[in-house]
Amino acid sequence: MNLELLELLLPVAPFLFLLVLGLAAGTILERRHFADIRARESRFRSLPAVTFREPPADWAVDGSGLVAGSVVVSLDYFKRFAAALRTIFGGRIKAFEPLMDRGRREAILRMKEDAAAAGYDAIINVRLATSRIANANGSTTAGVELMAYGTGLKLRDSLGNALPTEGA
Amino acid sequence: MNQYGGQITISNTETIPGRRITEFYGVVTGSTVRAKHIGKDIMAGLKNIVGGELKGYTELLSEARQEALQRMIAEAQSMGANAVVNVRFSTSSISQGAAELFAYGTAVRVE
Repeated sequence: MNLELLELLLPVAPFLFLLVLGLAAGTILERRHFADIRARESRFRSLPAVTFREPPADWAVDGSGLVAGSVVVSLDYFKRFAAALRTIFGGRIKAFEPLMDRGRREAILRMKEDAAAAGYDAIINVRLATSRIANANGSTTAGVELMAYGTGLKLRDSLGNALPTEGA
Repeated sequence: MNQYGGQITISNTETIPGRRITEFYGVVTGSTVRAKHIGKDIMAGLKNIVGGELKGYTELLSEARQEALQRMIAEAQSMGANAVVNVRFSTSSISQGAAELFAYGTAVRVE
């Protein structure tokens, strides 16, 4: 009886192992990543990134340049399986939502880090782009790339002095 | 993405903030086509089990994008421009496992 059950389970054992490993490790890694993102976001709150096409009229601009940040993220084994199941019935795929969220926030943070490293005080005209990276077989998705880019600005205060470097 | 020897200013806004455009040279483009190599695919395959960032791909794509930008800048400099405004990026997968990264903008002279 037990032997029969074992024989039945043996072929699917690697699959089950990957599901459990993906669920456990994926959940822990995702939680850590979100904690890291929140900590860095509060550190960079003093470096605004806005979607305005032009700087507000009262900003005294003292230099500018392109800044960008990007990240490629992927689902864990368990969530990918759950998402594939979901596409049979349609509807909201909860597994993908936090993935896109953490990827996009990470890309924005990296853009801000790029700006801080170059000595910029603000970023205007922020644009976000998403692209999918296919596996060699083309059918499954290896990952999603999230990218943020904009124009970094060096600003002066009302007295014409450079602002103190913040963020970094 | 800001180290171009201080010779040329790159921006995705329509003008260089705080400066006036004196001359337009037209559209400049730069592109590169990249395929990911098998080693990175294997690493990414393993990373796909636990999910999260695929660092190999992140680096590959940002290096490729840098190269596309550099080519665009070289074209702008050969025209005598000192700035490129309204820069856009685009990515398209042209075949299985290969992608084109493309950057374009308008080469101008600012005072």
